[in-house]
Amino acid sequence: MTQARTDAGAPKAPGAARARPLSPHLMQWRWHVTMAASIATRATGVALYVGAALVAIWALCLAGGEASYAGFLVVMGSFLGKLVLFGITVSLFYHLAAGVRHLVWDAGHGFQPQTANMTAVAAFAFGIAAAVGVWAVAFATGAA
Amino acid sequence: MAGHIPSYRTPLGRARGLGAAHHGVSGFITERATSVALVPLCLWAVWAVIAVAPGGYESAFVFLHNPVQATLAVLLLIVSVVHMHAGMRVILEDYIQNPLARTGALLASAGLCLFIATAGAISILKVAFAVIAPSVGV
Repeated sequence: MTQARTDAGAPKAPGAARARPLSPHLMQWRWHVTMAASIATRATGVALYVGAALVAIWALCLAGGEASYAGFLVVMGSFLGKLVLFGITVSLFYHLAAGVRHLVWDAGHGFQPQTANMTAVAAFAFGIAAAVGVWAVAFATGAA
Repeated sequence: MAGHIPSYRTPLGRARGLGAAHHGVSGFITERATSVALVPLCLWAVWAVIAVAPGGYESAFVFLHNPVQATLAVLLLIVSVVHMHAGMRVILEDYIQNPLARTGALLASAGLCLFIATAGAISILKVAFAVIAPSVGV
């Protein structure tokens, strides 16, 4: 990246004691799949934070009795509710695949650029395919 | 800093008490260990939703009344909460520079995690320990 080199020699900003070299900002990089995978892992993690809250709300409504559970089913069974649930399903399967990818990295494997690119694409593909598959089963069995 | 005051403290003396004292990797290990546990737990959760959803209230109640399913549900919540607390902490520490806002966000996240785990676990246990499953028993 040429950006890092130009930053290091940048003139002092007014008021700054000395110009520190800055790491290239997100926008300076050419968009590539491993970067998208990294960002998506965080984003889906945040989505799953909401998903965990939904599990707790589901349990609260169930413990609350038939009336509160019926309310939960109305909200989650609506189009918007199903859209949120589908998003959480995609997030779950993508984050799962990305997590396995990270565990393999932790074991010291899969750092070759081609391998990292391939596993990133595979994680995206798995996230979408598994979610679509699960929802196909859900529609077929009357769960959705 | 302009006009740097020379310090006679050694680098070791300056670093003491500031860094991790042999527990720096615990967060890293917690994230990995919980991620491994969450693989089977999340697959179980997906199966559970599909199994329970068609039957409405009664089916969900009977499901959580089963001690094995209730155990897995509580485990899912607790392990998820530990994992997401660690993950959200990294995100907040990365993106919020203001120390006060960052501390506030970290506390809010920790509190929300505790609330999700406690509320979820108590609700699951309430159903699990219910004396009579409605319209099935007695």
